[in-house]
Amino acid sequence: MSEKKCNYVKEVTKGIIKENPVLCLVLGTCPTLAVTTAASNAIGMGLAATLVLIGSNAVISAMRKLIPDKVRIPAYITIIATFVTIVQMLVKAFVPSIDESLGIFLPLIVVNCIILGRAEMYASKNSVIPSMLDGLGMGIGFTVTLLLMGSIREILGNGTWFGHTLIPEFGILIFILPPGGFFVFGMLIALASKISGKNPPKATGCSNCPLKGKCSVAVTEGEKCENPTETQTSVALSEGGESL
Amino acid sequence: MIKGLISVFLIAILTENYVLSKFLGICPFLGVSKKVNTALGMSAAVTFVMVLATAVTYPIYMYLLVPADLAYLETIVFILVIAGLVQLVEIVLKKYIPTLYKSLGIYLPLITTNCAVLGVTMLVIEKSGADFTYLHALVNSLGAGIGFLVAMVMFAGVRQRMEACDIPKSLKGLPITLVAASLVSLSFLGFSGLVENMLG
Repeated sequence: MSEKKCNYVKEVTKGIIKENPVLCLVLGTCPTLAVTTAASNAIGMGLAATLVLIGSNAVISAMRKLIPDKVRIPAYITIIATFVTIVQMLVKAFVPSIDESLGIFLPLIVVNCIILGRAEMYASKNSVIPSMLDGLGMGIGFTVTLLLMGSIREILGNGTWFGHTLIPEFGILIFILPPGGFFVFGMLIALASKISGKNPPKATGCSNCPLKGKCSVAVTEGEKCENPTETQTSVALSEGGESL
Repeated sequence: MIKGLISVFLIAILTENYVLSKFLGICPFLGVSKKVNTALGMSAAVTFVMVLATAVTYPIYMYLLVPADLAYLETIVFILVIAGLVQLVEIVLKKYIPTLYKSLGIYLPLITTNCAVLGVTMLVIEKSGADFTYLHALVNSLGAGIGFLVAMVMFAGVRQRMEACDIPKSLKGLPITLVAASLVSLSFLGFSGLVENMLG
């Protein structure tokens, strides 16, 4: 029993440090860059995504034996979209200010690759409880990273944190504008790879993407094949399987 | 009317660039922008799907979901429609225009989960109103696609020049790419207010 408990703890903690979805796997870059202009937005986005992750992981792992392999990705997307709609309605009803500042990025959780990625990589192979814990851990990892980025950008850009003034009459506006988002994100990844001693990731998390088998762009761009004929074969091969 | 359309088109390309100021479609922007050729192919496919997706989802929302009081199903319906549409385009292209399929086909599966496409279809619904009609929506998505193309091709050029540079170890790969993206995005800030001033 104690061993089992220990494993459960591991499921949660791996998402926070070792497999941090944003800084190590580099998934979900769009919301990471877009909503981190203020720390409170970052928390709102992180919690919304965590709720969706836990819910969709639970349902997908419960239904993993029922969903035929060929239509699994459309099925996952439908399940995820359902949870996103639920979260969207909850946020609209209870914290309308967050809904306003997240805007389009709240419904766009549906195409956040962290969620589809965890469904494909974890929930489709494991039972319900570990999948939910995996979702919780990944969600916390996502939230913590967003909060870190949101804090850096809000403090440097506006001199405030969660709306409270930290440094009066201070603000480097560029950190709140889009270029600052790219810059802070790049620096954070560099820092994470410096601390962990690993090489920084080469590109976005295409190798973690559930569609990587079908999407030859990632392969062409990344490592292997440079010649077009090979690309076309890989497309032809993937055609046999299911497609979205 | 024409002036309005031109202004919508230019704003979507320059001031509200979907990649560099709205942060939509960052994954392909960072992943597929190593070479100008692939960047062109990908953005052509994205533009095509964006316009098509808007052409289909806008009437669905206005004439199906709103009258039936089902507007909250927007997210589910849109993502499924886009997924189906991309699949359909892939099949049709493969059957009837194989040459086009050869150049665009490989990018199509990637587009379904591209948040720029879903983002555009939802943003035009948000904007819709008396002075933002179906035609405006289509022009807006065309502009968004062209804006994506401009950003991708420009950035591919920047990255190609960066390849020979000596970069510190922990910045190699993605971090330096992001810093470069930051500078490109900075240059697009210069366009803010331009279109409004130009067309009044």
